[in-house]
Amino acid sequence: MSTLENTHHEEDGVTRRDMIHVGAGVMAGVGAVASLWPFIDQMNPAADTLALASIEIDISQIDTGSAIIVKWRGKPVFIRHRTAEEISEANAVAVADLIDRQTDEERVQAGKEEWLVVMGVCTHLGCVPLGTKTGEEKGDYGGWFCPCHGSHYDTSGRIRKGPAPKNLEVPEYAFLTDTTLKIG
Amino acid sequence: MAEWKAAKPENKVLGWVEERLPILSLVNNVVGPDTPTPRNLNYWWNFGSLAGLMLVIQIISGVVLAMHYAATTGVAFDSVERIMRDVNYGWLIRYMHANGASFFFIAVYIHIFRGLYFGSYKAPREVLWMLGVVIFLLMMATAFMGYVLPWGQMSFWGATVITNLFSAIPMVGESIVQLLWGGFSVDNPTLNRFFSLHYLLPFVIAGVVILHLWAKKISDSGNPLGIDVKSSADQIPFHPFYTVKDAFGAGVFFFVFAMFIFYMPNALGHPDNYIPADPLVTPPSIVPEWYFLPYYAILRSIDFPLGIPGVFELVDAKLLGVLAMFASILVWLLLPWLDTSKVRSGNFRPLFKWFFAFLVVDMFILTWLGAQKPEGNIPLYGKIATAYYFAYFLVILPVLSRKETTLPLPESISNPVLKPAE
Repeated sequence: MSTLENTHHEEDGVTRRDMIHVGAGVMAGVGAVASLWPFIDQMNPAADTLALASIEIDISQIDTGSAIIVKWRGKPVFIRHRTAEEISEANAVAVADLIDRQTDEERVQAGKEEWLVVMGVCTHLGCVPLGTKTGEEKGDYGGWFCPCHGSHYDTSGRIRKGPAPKNLEVPEYAFLTDTTLKIG
Repeated sequence: MAEWKAAKPENKVLGWVEERLPILSLVNNVVGPDTPTPRNLNYWWNFGSLAGLMLVIQIISGVVLAMHYAATTGVAFDSVERIMRDVNYGWLIRYMHANGASFFFIAVYIHIFRGLYFGSYKAPREVLWMLGVVIFLLMMATAFMGYVLPWGQMSFWGATVITNLFSAIPMVGESIVQLLWGGFSVDNPTLNRFFSLHYLLPFVIAGVVILHLWAKKISDSGNPLGIDVKSSADQIPFHPFYTVKDAFGAGVFFFVFAMFIFYMPNALGHPDNYIPADPLVTPPSIVPEWYFLPYYAILRSIDFPLGIPGVFELVDAKLLGVLAMFASILVWLLLPWLDTSKVRSGNFRPLFKWFFAFLVVDMFILTWLGAQKPEGNIPLYGKIATAYYFAYFLVILPVLSRKETTLPLPESISNPVLKPAE
């Protein structure tokens, strides 16, 4: 091309025009990548979804030995009022034998050991384990049983048997009063 | 490569168009009278065009359904029921679309296994084969997202289980799952984006199908003998010979398709999907659609980590299962280099034939296993069937292609007399 011939050549064959080409190419590339981000980030949870972050629950109606399911962020949360036997059962396990090593103390709040609050989402592939409602199968360890791929959880919501890799997740929660629980 | 012949239409208007856009020549050279095709194609060669027809049916019925469907969690289920009860012929169009997905997969599975037996992945057809694998992956994504749209229990929980597969990715897994969901669980944003993509991907598939046909034009059709075309005596024009044969096959195929639509429209579906989605109740068993069962069985069979369990786990059990599931299809991409036997057709490979037959049986077993509850001996059978599946591609084919004594090949397609043994 004639324009190239007219361009002043440096000794090493690199021209000023090369610099312009590379610079323009790099800028266009950076621009393209930067404009890609909004198209990826739009898929993340939107502001209104994030706003539904916390709920308050009245727990005065939950008798000892029973449990309820509440919906938080579109997912079930199990709130279980544990019996003394269930608590001692959860404490009797040797932590070293567990798949996901956690003591019962780490999973409940001090002074409120009778309340177990866990996400009702199996850590394998996200099914809702059975065992909250009366009459449902509770699995080999008296906690929960996931019907999808056969994971068994104990009375502390810890994984004991089956394909799930982790214990049922404990969400962030606080007791506002003795009978009001705030999740999130 | 087949030579290109320009069409010379007698009609002046067509001629005028043809000079400016040679679209008739294109058709003529891909499926027309000027498309020389091996003369010995058997009925296994019908399923490519059948898959193409099913894609057209899915797109037409799907575009119509989208006119009546609402992709919002509160009304999605009801809008599908309205299609079934109130929209004129809505029941027919929806049953066509739902069963059409199954029949699309039937055609494609036979097409794929035709290719596996007759060595359609070997030179010079490697790219043709790999484009086919890409089409299959796109089909799986499309079918999965389509199944979510009616927003029944299986829709919701199928979507939950499958999207959760990505949580197995180390470090960023959870963030990726939230990105896919657009929230903290499968919910309205998820349904909306799945609808958008379910509408888009079939057209992407159509695009890759065009590349697939282009690659077929370059390398020509294979044939049951697996030998190259030697002269024009080996060939007949695609039209009218194979257009008629394909049309006859389509008639038979659609007869069966219609039987399902009119007499057993829900035979291939799961009754739980007529229960509206409930995020708080998991169905007693979550079963994917039948065409995903083999891969689901492979996923579930891997319940052990790579490394020493509990001590040193290079890849944990969950991730390994997910990797195995994706690898079970991606391994097809490597086939041209795993099976190096020069003989394409399984007809001339006495040992290969048996291993291939076992693979077909293995696929049926995996399909059955995927639908069972993972109790008793089922996980063990799953491990054995998964082991054979991978062994076929990664061990048997490479060894067989070096060790096997193949039968003598015919001299040519038109003169199928065996060469004397030398």
